[in-house]
Order: sequence, then structure tokens, then C-alpha cells
Amino acid sequence: MTDVSPLKRQPTLRYKPEWQLRLYVAGQTAKSKAAFDNLRKICETHLSGRYTIEVVDLQLNPRLAAGDQILAVPTLVRKVPEPIRKIIGDLSDEHRVLVGLDVLPLR
Amino acid sequence: MGRTRKKRKAVSEAVPDTLDKTPTGIQGLDEITQGGLPRGRPTLVCGAAGCGKTMLAAQFLVNGALEHDEPGVFMMFEENAGELTDNMRSLGIDFDRLQKRKKILLDYVRVERSEIEETGEYDLEGLFIRLGHAIDSIGAKRVVLDTIEALFSGLPNHAVLRAELRRLFRWLKDRGLTAIITGERGEETLTRFGLEEYVADCVILLDHRIQDQVSTRRLRVVKYRGSAHGTNEYPFLIGPAGLTVLPITSLRLDHAVSDQRISTGIAGLDEMLGGKGIYRGSSVLVSGAPGTGKSSVGATFIDATCRRGERALLFAYEESNQQLLRNMRSIGLDLAQWQDKGLLKVYATRPTLQGLEQHLVHMYELVKEFKPSIVVVDPISNLSIYEHDAELKPTLMRLIDTLKVNGCTAMFTALTSDSVNVIAESQAGVSSLMDTWLLLANLAYNGERTRTLQVLKSRGMPHSNQVREFVFTNRGVDLVDVYLAGSQVLTGTARVSQEAQESAALDLRRRDHEQRIRELASHRKAIDAQIAALTAQRDDRQGQVELAIARETLEAEGTLERARSIAKSRGQEARQQRRAASR
Repeated sequence: MTDVSPLKRQPTLRYKPEWQLRLYVAGQTAKSKAAFDNLRKICETHLSGRYTIEVVDLQLNPRLAAGDQILAVPTLVRKVPEPIRKIIGDLSDEHRVLVGLDVLPLR
Repeated sequence: MGRTRKKRKAVSEAVPDTLDKTPTGIQGLDEITQGGLPRGRPTLVCGAAGCGKTMLAAQFLVNGALEHDEPGVFMMFEENAGELTDNMRSLGIDFDRLQKRKKILLDYVRVERSEIEETGEYDLEGLFIRLGHAIDSIGAKRVVLDTIEALFSGLPNHAVLRAELRRLFRWLKDRGLTAIITGERGEETLTRFGLEEYVADCVILLDHRIQDQVSTRRLRVVKYRGSAHGTNEYPFLIGPAGLTVLPITSLRLDHAVSDQRISTGIAGLDEMLGGKGIYRGSSVLVSGAPGTGKSSVGATFIDATCRRGERALLFAYEESNQQLLRNMRSIGLDLAQWQDKGLLKVYATRPTLQGLEQHLVHMYELVKEFKPSIVVVDPISNLSIYEHDAELKPTLMRLIDTLKVNGCTAMFTALTSDSVNVIAESQAGVSSLMDTWLLLANLAYNGERTRTLQVLKSRGMPHSNQVREFVFTNRGVDLVDVYLAGSQVLTGTARVSQEAQESAALDLRRRDHEQRIRELASHRKAIDAQIAALTAQRDDRQGQVELAIARETLEAEGTLERARSIAKSRGQEARQQRRAASR
């Protein structure tokens, strides 16, 4: 079971990663854990070594919700590359996540 | 006994209410809702675009923050904070300052459909956390969500959204927050996405309709659970001071009344009104056909008021300021001097410029700012474009109430058709609001038209029942004394000819009298002469008699003297003879 701790970078890379993702969650709920697990699986499969994931727990840092205009949780925000994209939900549909992140073109 | 005006009960008495309420601070709305919005519950404010939802919500927050020390969170989904701040600055609301003082927190929630992809389950906990954080950071008691329906276009899964909104409103209620949720008016429902299903405590509907090319805003409290409320549609305005709702029944009829009487400026009219004019703070309706002199009556009233050094405010809906001054100069009223002295303010516009309510608000503001002693509206009939405008009466009622509360005396002129009966009918609605009703009418008689004036009613004072002739002179207007010839009142030429006849008769009589006095004088002179002659005669006779008496007395004395001397001499002779004889 992966620990979803706030502001945890994983994996830590020396160079500036091509994909900077931020996952907003609200507490250690089943949904947030599922989202984090799904996200990591997708990233490892498709973007291995080229990404960072920052997890923000809004219950601990409520003021961060305004910055990325977060309403729904979990929300995945693609900070880099720009433009910013948002994917809401538990990221259970791998294909839609990849489309949403612009990793895969829409089929 | 001064208080002659009847005190009537206000239409709706306040019912003691157990429901705790949060005042909105919006003029009129708190009166309709009898205290404000339900405390600790959400209220739905719905209406079409541009009908003032955001403004109502913003005022609710600002008034709460400034007057009731209840900080508020304004969460907006459509405008951003900068736009809202700019928009509200025009109403004198400085959101920047309020934000700095932690009285108000603006939070713009941007929902961009194109940025959002949906995969799997989610909830809106992010919004809850965000709102909760905002509320906690300033200790907010009031919350505005404007317009939360924007979420429906941003989030594709409406089922989740609806469930979450239901939870949100519950959550607001549980936290005891008084909230305003705005919603766009739907086709057949109150809101486009049926928010009224979730927010069921209080629903206020705003409406902005264009009727006969004039826009009118209306507000209605559709429901208010657990409280009595005004159920009518109330016109409201968005003026420089924000939203103002105008409930007719909110102003009770319990204003202070004055016993002071003021002159109408027409001596003859004052005479007809018990000799003292009208009560200060009363309202006068001057109705009449075209050209009967309504405006002149108004101008005379203004002139008289300014002459006393009091302020007058004139709303002219037919003539421009310059035209009015020129025309009134022709009857000897120099209104320009009062304007120069700052005693008179003329507000001349076309009545079609704005809706009735807008006019009303302008009147309110001017009255508030200028503080006039009298207000003249010339004419009110122009304010309603159509013949049977149901709006006119409530609007006037509000205006009159406002003026009475401010102690202003009001004179309204009303244009009517030329027949007396029709006037009485068409003005019946408005006239009941007035304390004094003057009717100016044209009498066509004997080949000419004469202006007449009558007092149809005047509350609380004896008033003449006569129809008086009304004339323009070059020194203002005046009423001419009634001319009675037999059983008829004469006006115009008939009056003039009667006057001439009577004057001729009078002249004749005067000459006759003079003649008689002269005759008497000469007669008296003749008698005096006779008296003198007789006196002379009498004196003459007296002289003669006295002379005769004197002469006779003298003669008698002479005779006696002679006798005595004879006797004397006779005595000497006798003594000599006796001596001689004795010797």
C-alpha cells in the first residue's frame, strides 16, 4: 500500500522532469488512494523516469485549493508541460487519463 | 384640536416572528421579509441575467460586514474578483478595503470545461475545503455563492454535482451560515438546474421586464419557510446607492402632521381654503384640461414659497427650464431670481426617459439632497404613458408617503380631458391619495371660454363650495370675486358687462344723490335768507317799539317836570301874597 503523504515527490530526479504532475486529494480516503495508485501505475508504464508527482492534501493545506482552482477531488493537474490540464476522478480509466494528459492522441 | 388627519392602520401589521432573521440592510427588502433572510439558512435568489442578483448578494454581504459585524465570503463562479470589485466600486462599495480589513473575502472559482477531463469517481470536497477555509479565515457569518450553477456547465457529471450541492447546502446550514445562492432563471423552473429543490427555505425571484419599452425591475418572495412575508411583486431599483425595493405597504400612515398652514400664493384660493391656505406637508392635486392654468398655479405656489425664503423643487415633465422661466415671466412670476438664490431647483426631463420607478428614485434622491419645503410635479399624468397605468398610483403613493415623512408639501398637476365628469372619474384613483384637490375647468359660455377653479376636496379644513373665476394678470394669477346676478354666477364677459352695468347704475345713483344734496343746499340757503329777512323785520319792529316807548317816557317825564315847576312857582306866589296880606 502506498503512503499518500502531502507534498511527496516521487521519484526524485536530478534533472527537471518533462512531466510535472500534482494530485490534489482530501484526506486519506479510498478514492484518493485509488487515484494515487492508478496515477503511479500509468506514469510508470508510459512516462517512466520522466515525471514527478506532487500530492497535495487539501485538508492539511486548504489554502492551496484556490491556486489551481480545485473543486473536485481527486484532481490531477498537469503543471508541465503547459497548458495546464485537469483530470478529475479516481483516474480509473487509463486511456482517458492518457488522453487527458495529452500523452496519447484521442483515438 | 390640531390633528385632523385620520390615522389609518398600515395594511400589513408586523407579525411577531419566532424565526431568527438576518437583516440584509437593503432598503425595503427587510420590510417585505419582516426582518431579513432566515438566519443560518441558505436563500435562493433567482432571476434572468442582468436583473441584479449579484448586486443584491453583494449588498447583503457588505451591509452585514459594515453594520452587523458579520464578515462574509463571496464565492463567485462567473465574474472574477477584480471585475466584481470594479463593478461594485460604482456603488461606493470598496471591496479592496473590506478585504484588507478581513471583513469580506472574495474567492473566484474558475471552472473551465475545456481544461477538465473526467475519469472515474470524484466529489466536490475541494470546493468544501476551499469554502470552509475562506469562512474560517475571517470568521464569516454570511456566504454568497454567485452563481453556483456555473458548475453545471463545467462539470459533466450532473448526478454527482447535484448530490454534492445538496450536501453543500446541508453543510452551510449545519455550520449556521446565512447564505445567498444565486441562480439563473430557467425556462419553466425558477432556476435553470432546479436549485430550488435543494434550497427550500427562502426563495426570492428577481425579474427585469420591458413593458412598453420601459424597463421595470420586480422582486417577489416566492417562499419563505416558517415566516410571513409580503407576497406581492415589488418594484425595485438599482440606483447609485445600490438596490432599493419599494414596498408600498412598508410605509405606515403614522407620519407627524403639521397644523401650520401655508399660502398657495393665490390670495383668492387661500380664501377659499378656510382663509389660511393648505396644511404644511399635505398633498395637493391640481387637475384640469389643457390650458386651464395648472402649471401657473404650480408656479405661483413656488413663487410664494420662495418668497417666504423656503426651498422649492419642481419636476417639470413638459417644459424645459428656460421655457418655463420665460412663460412664467409672462404672468409676472420671476422664478429665475429664486433659482439664482438657490431656493428653487427645476428638474426638467421627458417622462419617457425612464420607468416610473426610476423617476421615483430620482425624486427621492433630489428630495433627500435638496431638502425642499415644497415639491411640485408638473404633471403626474405624463409619468404614465398609457391611460390606465396601474403603476402610477402605487408609485405616487410611495412618493407622497416619502414627501410626507420628510414634511414636504406636494403639489401635483394632472392633465385631464375637458369634461368635468370625465375628470372626476379618471382621477379618482390618484385623488384619494391627495389631501386637497383643485379642479381647473374651462367654461364655454356666451361665446367665450372662461377659466374657473373649484375646490373639490380639502381634508381637515372648511372650504368654499364655489366655482370661482380664475384670471391671469401680469402680476400672477388670481381669483375674481364671484359675481351673482339673480341666481347665476357670472364669469368672463358676462361678469364684465354685469360689472359695467352695476358700475353705471352706481354712477347714476351717485349723480342723483349729488343733485339732491345740491337741491337741499340751495333750499336751505333760501330758507336761511327768509330767516334773515324775518329777523331783520323783527329787529326793525323791536327798534320802533323801543323808540316809541323811549319817546313816550321822555314826554311823560317832561310833563311831570313842568307840573312840578308850575307847582313850585305857584307856591312862591302864594307865600308872597300871604306875607303881603299879613302886613
